[in-house]
Amino acid sequence: MEAGQKTTSVLNIVGKRYWFFLFSALIIIPGLVSLLIPPGLKLGVDFTGGTLWELQFQSVPPTAAVRPVFTSFGHDALVQTTGETSVLIRTKEIHADAPEKGAIEQALREKLGDFKELRFESVGPTVGAEASSRATFAVALASLGILLYLWYAFRRVPNSFRYGVCAIVALLHDALVVLGVFSILGRVAGIEIDSLFVTALLTVIGFSVHDTIVVFDRIRENMIRHAGESFESVVNHSLTQTLGRSLSTSLTVIFTLTALVLFGGITTRIFALTLLIGIVSGTYSSIFNASQLLVVWENGELGKLFRGHKPVGATT
Amino acid sequence: MLVGILVVAAAAIWVALPTNPGVHLDLLGQTIDHDIVVHEGLDLQGGMQVLLEADVQPGVKVTADSMQAARQIVERRVNALGVAEPLIQQGEGNRIIVELPGIKDPDQAIKTFGETGLLEFVDAGSTYLPEGSAVTTSLGGPTTTGAPAATAGAATPAASPTSAASPTPAASPAPAAPPTGAAAGSTPAPTPAPSATAQPGASPTPAPAPKAYNTVIQGKDLKSADVAFDEYGRPEISFTLTDEGAKAFGEYTTNNVGRYLAIVLDKRVISSPVIQSPITEGRGRITGKFTLAEAKSLAIQLKYGALPIPLKVIQNRTVGPTLGQDSLQKSLVAGIIGLSIVAAFMLIYYRVPGLLADLALVIYTAAVFALFKLIPVTLTLAGVAGFILSIGMAVDANILIFERMKEELRAGRSLRAAIDAGFGRAWTSIRDSNVSTIITCIILFWFGMSFGASIIQGFALTLFIGVVVSMFTAILVSRTFLHLLVDAGLVHDLRWYGLVEGPARPTPAEKPA
Repeated sequence: MEAGQKTTSVLNIVGKRYWFFLFSALIIIPGLVSLLIPPGLKLGVDFTGGTLWELQFQSVPPTAAVRPVFTSFGHDALVQTTGETSVLIRTKEIHADAPEKGAIEQALREKLGDFKELRFESVGPTVGAEASSRATFAVALASLGILLYLWYAFRRVPNSFRYGVCAIVALLHDALVVLGVFSILGRVAGIEIDSLFVTALLTVIGFSVHDTIVVFDRIRENMIRHAGESFESVVNHSLTQTLGRSLSTSLTVIFTLTALVLFGGITTRIFALTLLIGIVSGTYSSIFNASQLLVVWENGELGKLFRGHKPVGATT
Repeated sequence: MLVGILVVAAAAIWVALPTNPGVHLDLLGQTIDHDIVVHEGLDLQGGMQVLLEADVQPGVKVTADSMQAARQIVERRVNALGVAEPLIQQGEGNRIIVELPGIKDPDQAIKTFGETGLLEFVDAGSTYLPEGSAVTTSLGGPTTTGAPAATAGAATPAASPTSAASPTPAASPAPAAPPTGAAAGSTPAPTPAPSATAQPGASPTPAPAPKAYNTVIQGKDLKSADVAFDEYGRPEISFTLTDEGAKAFGEYTTNNVGRYLAIVLDKRVISSPVIQSPITEGRGRITGKFTLAEAKSLAIQLKYGALPIPLKVIQNRTVGPTLGQDSLQKSLVAGIIGLSIVAAFMLIYYRVPGLLADLALVIYTAAVFALFKLIPVTLTLAGVAGFILSIGMAVDANILIFERMKEELRAGRSLRAAIDAGFGRAWTSIRDSNVSTIITCIILFWFGMSFGASIIQGFALTLFIGVVVSMFTAILVSRTFLHLLVDAGLVHDLRWYGLVEGPARPTPAEKPA
């Protein structure tokens, strides 16, 4: 059987696993730190409640003049420019059917000229709070569903439950990368988390597992084929074999997403970017984290890991 | 098999093309007149989505029947607005979701269908009640503070007819001060209420005493209500009464000539005319400072009756049309670019099978888009993004199969056997990995459903359809094409299949290059 495999040498990915763990840690830790310092994430109106109002004026409006109009109505507004002549205003909830909105519009027209309403989103506080809890719940539910499915799909493999857990750890890795990046972006560039972000996050989770499963699948198959070999060696074989495929798949998705980020409309840009970051991370974690974790577990190295012992190179 | 695929592909392309004329047939006496178009979501064509919730005191139970009734009334009012394809749905709990694509005046629309719309003709005796003042009637008093109804701007709905005249510390926005002096309501105060801030410059209103004015007739006594114009061309409402209403009204006006009859909408006074003479024919006019839009709004409300429970807006998303169209163009361009890059990559890396995969990909794109048109799936920008994403993922199944094939070929199998083995072995991987995406889609759909976020649902649905169809095209279509090619004996040199070097030993039926 080895004769057929001679065309590509087996890469010792597993051997270098601690380097990969280190790399992951380096990526995650800054994001994690940013997440833990309040406010971890810059939440948009979808979760905090409030109003998001985007207006397009006929000529460049002085943003400094917009804010006082709102203040006179008792609204502490955040104003930023979103285009050449458009502004985005963020303030507390305004009811469209109350005269307040009409009055503000009138005042704005008097002071700054005519404008077109690009969008108006007003979310009440209860709905906002609900959305947050739903989002968290959705992520948890997705993870649980995937864990159960993996347990079932790999039921005939010894220690099948480990596969589910390692896949989930890889998934958490990806989620943390994405959340961390956006936590930092929130501080630096003021990018907000809205419900579309949660959608992207859930998609990343789905895709990350998709990727990991292909690798695990191959491990499962090779464990039968290479029955006599060490687990580490089996995983190495599997990784080498699936490397081409994993990279190819991720590349195709990355191509389409990059096209979206670069050429797509502004509304989907951040959404596509979130997906892009998540999927790159997903590919990385499937190859360099998930399977290694299985090996670590199998070899009983978990204890050593937590005691800070980091052997470099293969142990077998 | 091939014929089947070609037929489906052709049909899909025909449906997917934008110039599709639709289906117009006369079939056994039944006409099918159906345009096949893309249904654009709110963020593409502009429009409004509003989440309404029953506005009752915490702890007060709202029956399913009254929610149902409220929903129906909202639906009728919305339909009267004349919006194409509105959506009115019962949401979770005491909520109603209203979506109005392409609405021109979203704010006025909310006033039309969201306000309670309870009209009362009230015996004000010798008191002139100024417009805009809040009153308590024999049917109840205002429970929320807000700004005046049906004058310059409208109010969040006020009392439910059965509540007592007790003010709630309501969570309403600090009312602005429209300069035309309509007072913000200070509620009749049996309890020290945190009333709305007094407006400087507004005409001082006599604080409505806790006196409950007697309601003579109300909205449900009206038989019809329409917009009309007075001699100066100003809008007003002309109405007729039901027989009972006409009788009660006739009696009352006969006995009360010279007294004030206040016309009250949602506990706010619209106008306060004096009864000049008895009105026995059961018809009349309501005048007030209406704009045409407001008059139309009021007429709609009166036509379909007052809401049994007041509703408040808890979420409002309005998108203007310009934003959407621009993004759509760009996204489509991005999609085409993405598709081209993926196709090129497949061709370069996998060569012949890659080319076939590209063909399958084109069929895939047409099929998915055709499904969007047929089901129909409301397409949003996120949905388009999902579609583009699924294009990238669609090739994944093919890649899995081809990589397997390469392995089998390296191991020395015959071309045909390698193809079959490739497809067979890869199936478990494809199935398992797509299942996880499908689970995510289901959860996303539920997540969006809970607060009417049709955008998220649109994304989940497009991704789901994309994944399912991709499984189909990758396996069925590619395999058919490949088999065809091999059977035709066209391409045998394994280098065409992406192998860098030849197999370990010569394979049968192979012509050495």
